[in-house]
Amino acid sequence: MPDTRERLRAVVEKVAEKRVPQDPDESLFESGLLDSFMLPDLVSAIEEEFTIKIPDSDLNPRKFDSLSRMEAYLAR
Amino acid sequence: MNPYLHAFGAWVPKRVVTNSELAERLGCTPEWIENASGIRERRWATATTSIVDLGAEAALACMARAGLSASEIGLVVLASGSAPPGFPAPAAALAARLGLGTTPAIDLPMASAGSLFGLALASRLAETYGNVLVVAAEKMSAIIERHPLDPNTAMLFGDGAGAALVSDRPGKWQIMGHVLHSDGQFSTDLAYDWNFPLHMNGLSVILQATRKMPAAIKEVLERAEISATDISVFLLHQANQNLLVRVGKTLGVAPERVFSNISRYGNTSSASMLIAAAEWSEQAPVPGPIVFAAFGAGVHWGALVAK
Repeated sequence: MPDTRERLRAVVEKVAEKRVPQDPDESLFESGLLDSFMLPDLVSAIEEEFTIKIPDSDLNPRKFDSLSRMEAYLAR
Repeated sequence: MNPYLHAFGAWVPKRVVTNSELAERLGCTPEWIENASGIRERRWATATTSIVDLGAEAALACMARAGLSASEIGLVVLASGSAPPGFPAPAAALAARLGLGTTPAIDLPMASAGSLFGLALASRLAETYGNVLVVAAEKMSAIIERHPLDPNTAMLFGDGAGAALVSDRPGKWQIMGHVLHSDGQFSTDLAYDWNFPLHMNGLSVILQATRKMPAAIKEVLERAEISATDISVFLLHQANQNLLVRVGKTLGVAPERVFSNISRYGNTSSASMLIAAAEWSEQAPVPGPIVFAAFGAGVHWGALVAK
């Protein structure tokens, strides 16, 4: 089974319909890969992929800004 | 007995500010504004127009449609997030302008969710006060023009006012229930204090709104035992056309059920939901249950259903 980062990469690429940069620390929003209206889709796609419910208190865009930040959030 | 919505009213200033006019000042293109927001133009009031001026016009239109005179109003609720700071807030002056004598008037210093909260409060207070006039008035241009223009916020906002009459007397739409929520954890993501430019963390606001508005609508519909697909129209805070589309998709309803006039007025904050209701009610509306919902700075959000 792919590791968490690779699963996240696949999720982001599905939402963005583009290839994700190799650098896991690169901001997906500042790089232009994702826009503001893709963020809700990304959060929903993460919930589906990892079978979790992300609570409202965790709806901070910084947590989903890069592959490494998403990975850190899921590892909590 | 649940109270009723009787009538709506709206008023917008005459001056049209097109995307072309604004784009020139913002250093962007008219197309960028429309693609990002669905907005083509908005109305801006003159420098001397006040919140009371805006609100009174909408209130009078609503009272005329409801067939009520000033002496028949039992309570006024005025929502405004753009009223100048300090006291008194403008509700009492609005009541005086309308000739309401000593009728009580309550201020709701809330932005985009203010009119929704006003309707919810009115639905509970109508039993005591009879005819409750809910007014939402915003002069967002005063906030925009006070500081150097920020393309991400200056393109969004317009001025205007809306009003609704809620009463314990039988009327057109009986209010079946409402849900209200607030979460101060994200209060700094959309904020303005008159000293610094309006701050909006667009990523956070859109993420919050796209999840919280549909959730509140589902919550109120479940309580009322009404399916989203049975709703004739969704009258939502007109924040951004892309957001309106998202909410409709999440609820699984046809796009035409989600009323939109944001292309002509922009985001008029608390006024937008009632301006939308006033326009919708003039268009020979399809019979059936209606839903109101809003999300705004605070953050505050909620939904209300009537039929």
